Amino acid sequence: MIGWRSTWAIYTRELTRFLRTAFQSILAPVLTTALYFIVFGAAIGSEMPDLGGVDYGAFIIPGLLMLTLLGETTNNSSFGIYMPRFTGTIYELLSAPVGVAETLIGFVGAAATKSLILAAIIMLTARLFVDYTVAHPILAVLFIILVAASFSLFGFILGIWADNFEKLGIIPLLFLTPLTFLGGTFYSIDMLPAPWDTIAMANPIVYLVSGLRWTFYGQSEVNIWVSFAITLGFLALCVAIITFIFRTGWRLRA
Amino acid sequence: MSSNSPAEPILELDGLSKVYPGGLKALDDVSLTIRKGEIFALLGPNGAGKTTLIGAICGMVTPSGGTIHAFGHDMKTDWRKARARIGLVPQELSTDMFEPVLRAVSYSRGLFGLAPDPTRIEEILRSLSLWDKRDERIMALSGGMKRRVLVAKALAHEPDLLFLDEPTAGVDVELRKGMWRVIDEMRRRGVTIILTTHYLEEAEEMADRVGIIRAGRLVMVDDKDAMMARLGRTEAHIRLARPLTVLPPAIARFPVELEEGGSTLRYRGGDGAGKGKQEVAALTKALLAEHIDYTAIDVRESSLEEIFVTLLGEEETA
Repeated sequence: MIGWRSTWAIYTRELTRFLRTAFQSILAPVLTTALYFIVFGAAIGSEMPDLGGVDYGAFIIPGLLMLTLLGETTNNSSFGIYMPRFTGTIYELLSAPVGVAETLIGFVGAAATKSLILAAIIMLTARLFVDYTVAHPILAVLFIILVAASFSLFGFILGIWADNFEKLGIIPLLFLTPLTFLGGTFYSIDMLPAPWDTIAMANPIVYLVSGLRWTFYGQSEVNIWVSFAITLGFLALCVAIITFIFRTGWRLRA
Repeated sequence: MSSNSPAEPILELDGLSKVYPGGLKALDDVSLTIRKGEIFALLGPNGAGKTTLIGAICGMVTPSGGTIHAFGHDMKTDWRKARARIGLVPQELSTDMFEPVLRAVSYSRGLFGLAPDPTRIEEILRSLSLWDKRDERIMALSGGMKRRVLVAKALAHEPDLLFLDEPTAGVDVELRKGMWRVIDEMRRRGVTIILTTHYLEEAEEMADRVGIIRAGRLVMVDDKDAMMARLGRTEAHIRLARPLTVLPPAIARFPVELEEGGSTLRYRGGDGAGKGKQEVAALTKALLAEHIDYTAIDVRESSLEEIFVTLLGEEETA
């Protein structure tokens, strides 16, 4: 049985928190994306050949979208649960009649919603620099929702695992950002010489970038359904870990 | 523990224990029954296990052993129904300081699964003198007001059982008395209250029953008045007109001692239920009968604080 009122309370509160810092939450990613487009799209991109018939400026849009989406979603979600732990306000959540379902749908739903808003803004920003069309818009939205939900869950785990601010920032900084950069954001994996093209396939982010790129341009290095399957598998793994955390109270209850 | 009240039990702890991973035994076989409508004060020095006990009942601490039943529900298996009826005001001022008061309190109601009820929230805020501050961010409020916000948040879902963990810690005397009025008002509404406090005056003023916890063990639980009567003492200082070196037998049969070089006779005895005062009256008559003159008498009853300190001292030497 899910307490929908409790879920709604958590969801709306988290969104309100996001709106409170809307200027920073929206402006920072928009500015970063715009800078990427200016540097890689307009300046360097004009010298680059088309990739698979797609203009380079347009080619990097799914990768840039993924770069911002993964970073922001993970950060939003990890902060969302870490801060109550840090400030002690988590007592209210723990003492309330809410379980794993309400907490997850509330926190993760809000983090995913923020990410979707952000994705829409980034796509609009990209439109200012590059002319592009989305070949499979429904699949694109579905894929973005799936990735946002998965990385919200991942961020949630991170926020529970971290016991200081350093740990909170280390995973996105040391793993997520490098893997995204190496995951084909600015290039096609096919462009890599052997054996790097094979090694690159061990990077899970490749499947995310490639999947989103397919929904945009109908072509990618990896089959779209493989990308969907891997993302779904990651989501299921995160749900299993979080269920374990709630069952055992790890890092939540003394 | 006395069981002369007909009121139904709403919280039952049986053999509750908590051992932290480092090996610290924070709760040791705690059994306790809380009855509907009472105010129960949990007293104990720092680190005695008061907050751990509250945490175990409210879901912040996973007990190592024992059972907790609230409103007849097993808190391990049927926690949702029980938690929906329990409110908690934590010791620390932990709340989102950037949030306005009204939104913070409304959120708490929603979190506990209740439909929005602006009228009820207004009532709660007015009763805590927070209505005028409803649109202010919590960070802008004084310490006492912040604590009231936490009380309002805990009351937002209209709990039947309320835990107040050090409700007046760091609050000045005036605000503390204001908080007592709030607690009294909650009791009148039928809310059962369990409070922990360092201020024994607070327990003496408010509580129906008192539990003393030390090193995780519930050393004593009793009706406050019964505890005062059983362990209370009367102390009298009688300043003698002329110092004595030896007490005549008629005086020595009382629990008295000479102090300050024989110039003061100190009586310590009674039972906290009037016996002490009667004995002091008899003592003064005996002094006059022995032609021992005195110039001043100071009589006072021991407080809960003295009982508490005595009990803990006995524990320590035991």
